Amino acid sequence: MKKVQFSRPLFPYLLLIPQLSIIAVFFYWPAAEAIRSSFFLEDPFGFGSTFVGLDNYRDAVTSSEYVNVATFTVWFTALVAFLSLSLSLLLAIKADAVLKGAKTYRVLLMWVYAIAPPVAGLMGILLFDQSLGPFTHLMALFGHDFKLGVNYYDTTTAIVIVSVWKQIPINFIFFLAGLQSIPRSVREAALIDNPSGISRFFTVTLPLLAPTAFFLLIINITYALFDTFGIFDIMFKGEPGNNPTTLVYKVFLDGFRGNDLGGSSAQSVILMILVLGLTVVQFRMMERRVHYT
Amino acid sequence: MTDVQISSASTATARRPRKIKWRAVGDHAILIAGALFMLLPVMLTLTTSSYDNVTIHKEGIQWFFGDQLAENYNRAMFEKGGFTQTVDGFKMLMNSLILGIGFAVGKIVIAMMAAYAIVYFRFRFGTIAFWMIFTTLLLPLEVRILPSYEVVQSLGMLNTYAGLIIPLIASATGTFYFRQFFRAVPEELLEAARIDGAGPVKFFIDILVPLSRTMIAAMFIIMFVYGWNQYLWPTLMTTDESMFTLVRGIKQIMQVWIGANIPDYGVAMSLAIIAMTPPVAIVIFFQNWFVKGLTESDK
Repeated sequence: MKKVQFSRPLFPYLLLIPQLSIIAVFFYWPAAEAIRSSFFLEDPFGFGSTFVGLDNYRDAVTSSEYVNVATFTVWFTALVAFLSLSLSLLLAIKADAVLKGAKTYRVLLMWVYAIAPPVAGLMGILLFDQSLGPFTHLMALFGHDFKLGVNYYDTTTAIVIVSVWKQIPINFIFFLAGLQSIPRSVREAALIDNPSGISRFFTVTLPLLAPTAFFLLIINITYALFDTFGIFDIMFKGEPGNNPTTLVYKVFLDGFRGNDLGGSSAQSVILMILVLGLTVVQFRMMERRVHYT
Repeated sequence: MTDVQISSASTATARRPRKIKWRAVGDHAILIAGALFMLLPVMLTLTTSSYDNVTIHKEGIQWFFGDQLAENYNRAMFEKGGFTQTVDGFKMLMNSLILGIGFAVGKIVIAMMAAYAIVYFRFRFGTIAFWMIFTTLLLPLEVRILPSYEVVQSLGMLNTYAGLIIPLIASATGTFYFRQFFRAVPEELLEAARIDGAGPVKFFIDILVPLSRTMIAAMFIIMFVYGWNQYLWPTLMTTDESMFTLVRGIKQIMQVWIGANIPDYGVAMSLAIIAMTPPVAIVIFFQNWFVKGLTESDK
């Protein structure tokens, strides 16, 4: 906070009224509602609800379907984060190294940021389509009959590729900015001490990039958990069937299609706690970064 | 003799840069492969969108442009589609613009006011207000989607622009960025302004807003793209087809697609291209502001 401040009794409240009222109505009220209804069993026909304590949580966590979806979500998140982080790190290092055309490459590698996940999903359907898709034809050359939306693993492969594709730009932008902020003097000193490119990368560049990489890891986890919703929803054409789903998708399915209000809310609350944990870790990292700079 | 000397000298000087060049060639090859990987899906969608449905259905994805480009885009923009036959691409484009601009402007105005109050004023419930606002950073809309829907429903805001935009604003990312930015503004400015007799409103409008211009521009680009690309919330919120945004309309295309004998590929791909063009153009056109806003505000 500033040392010099205005002290008007009413003015700051006037400034805060719009933000606070929106938050109260559209954040605190729904969040409280989610927590409340997670302890109740709602009658499907709307005739009241009964308090069931932690039953919704127990039912959610112990159901084999939930365990499957959770396991898939963990694998999916890890795969998407690992692939998109490593690919974009490679591209950022190369874009930082070339002397000519660096700016052109930056544009070419970041513009996909602006494409919405469902639009990416629609393009994914075309590329992986059973009859149209070039990727399907490519797989056929290797003797594999690629079936999007039918074969569980094929669908997963397609969704992972589209999700990674969509996430490369933002990782690339941050990695490149991180690389470019490494001072020239440090690079030159490292070059004199250690002429081998690969070992210099692991001993000098990577440790200096670690805060960026960690920040991006959290961003990527949140992306894989929440923002891929549109990709999933479009890629199995709104018919989940026996296709892979994530935890967030299941909250949506149970709440809006299955009308299981209590169960959906309990799953929401579990996700809230998960995100809360992630954000706390992220804040601590941000504080640390601010201290160093 | 001299000839030999010159040629040997020139090979000696030519050999050293060549060693470095091979490495550069490898770097460029990786970068070009990466750029193609990003470009190719969009390129194929664009080229295929210039064919008629029967050709696409028979021959699959097309690698070169056909002759139906204008025809398909014209149909995507102006032919009424959907189940009720009331919405065309142009209407969805307008709705997307309203959502993108409304969200960006609303968020920036509200965030700047709140951040100004938090950074520049000493008042009784300041700390509580600060924590109330920043707790919202912890929970994205997706985890409280069902109760949010019910709240909006009970307020009678389904199928309205307000119901579409305002709940999306209920997160403090913008406030957080502007708070960081205001804190970095030198203290002397406020002292000087106070000596000159400027009140809080004058200081805000005449000094702080002009100072934040770059930050506002960067925020606008990021928030516009974010708003334009919203999918889950508009999908739940809008059942009336005249309220659909382009990104929301993609789902509708898919649902019509499933039942069709030969799906309307041409129009679907044209709509996908139309849906991505404005945000992509903004990001490319204002890339410096965009990158600066993105990388500096998140620190």
